[in-house]
Amino acid sequence: MNGAPTDDARDVRTTAAALALGDDALILSHRLGEWAGHAPALEEEVALANIALDLLGQARILLSLAGDEDELAYLRDERHFRNLQLVEQPNGDFAHTIARQLYFSTYQLALYRQLVAGDSAFGALAAKAVKEVAYHQDHAEHWTLRLGDGTPESHRRMSRACETLWRFTGELFQPVEGLDIDWAALEEGWLTSVTDVLERATLGLPQGPRTGAWTAGAGRQGLHTEPFGPMIAEMQHLHRSHPGASW
Amino acid sequence: MSGSTDWPLWEVFVRSRRGLSHTHAGSLHAPDAEMALRNARDLYTRRNEGVSIWVVPSASVTASSPDEKDPFFAPAADKPYRHPTFYEIPEGVRHL
Repeated sequence: MNGAPTDDARDVRTTAAALALGDDALILSHRLGEWAGHAPALEEEVALANIALDLLGQARILLSLAGDEDELAYLRDERHFRNLQLVEQPNGDFAHTIARQLYFSTYQLALYRQLVAGDSAFGALAAKAVKEVAYHQDHAEHWTLRLGDGTPESHRRMSRACETLWRFTGELFQPVEGLDIDWAALEEGWLTSVTDVLERATLGLPQGPRTGAWTAGAGRQGLHTEPFGPMIAEMQHLHRSHPGASW
Repeated sequence: MSGSTDWPLWEVFVRSRRGLSHTHAGSLHAPDAEMALRNARDLYTRRNEGVSIWVVPSASVTASSPDEKDPFFAPAADKPYRHPTFYEIPEGVRHL
């Protein structure tokens, strides 16, 4: 690193973007980890834990680009996290978790594909992560199809989950400082892909608003929803109680 | 975890490298074949064990029974000439 002003400016932008993407991965990883011991089947528990570990690996690399990974994960307060409000939403029932996975992994896959093609500090990370995320998307898609086009009960729950989380999806396409992304194209691709999956799952696209009043979306500015506080309290508790503890 | 017992059981076969045959790795529960394949990926190939996976419904496997053990296997015991142990294995032939 040298002291030229253009490099400093670029570093600030890279740090901001690394925090946004790193926090998305970290927080969703923690949420998925909460399924350990509670998943509907042992096989599914392993699948969710695998996805959580993929995301944790991404979070570690991204947060290391922004500073000390442990300090950032364990010692920041709620208002300093830059993750999307979608990823902090509670697991709910299995359908909620799958709807959250479908919305987020479809977004992350399209975003990382653009990062692979682009010229940024995230190209190498994205090239590796894109294969992991493609599997996350495939997992969410297959479950959405089975739950949506399953029993009346699974259809009702999957439909409710997709509706409930819909208002958090407008935020996905707020431009992130430091990322050179075609956000309009990203949103169009996301809508096409999600519409296709939901229609094949006999669910149809939720009708509620995604942007404007009555929608969510200030996670990138550090404003989070109510369930986020208790979640990070649990996530940070050990590190704060025993600073520097290690295995 | 009670739900897993409602799902059928599948046998998983993993090919660890090109050139080797698929080997039985274990079994798992899944609602259908596509999901069984994905569960197998998560359960049996996490540490880079495989390049190909087969899943077969366990119900489709016909197995020999312990009662048939003697007529099935005992006659082979005293026929050592059936084993290719009297040949030297050429150098460079692996996986034999």
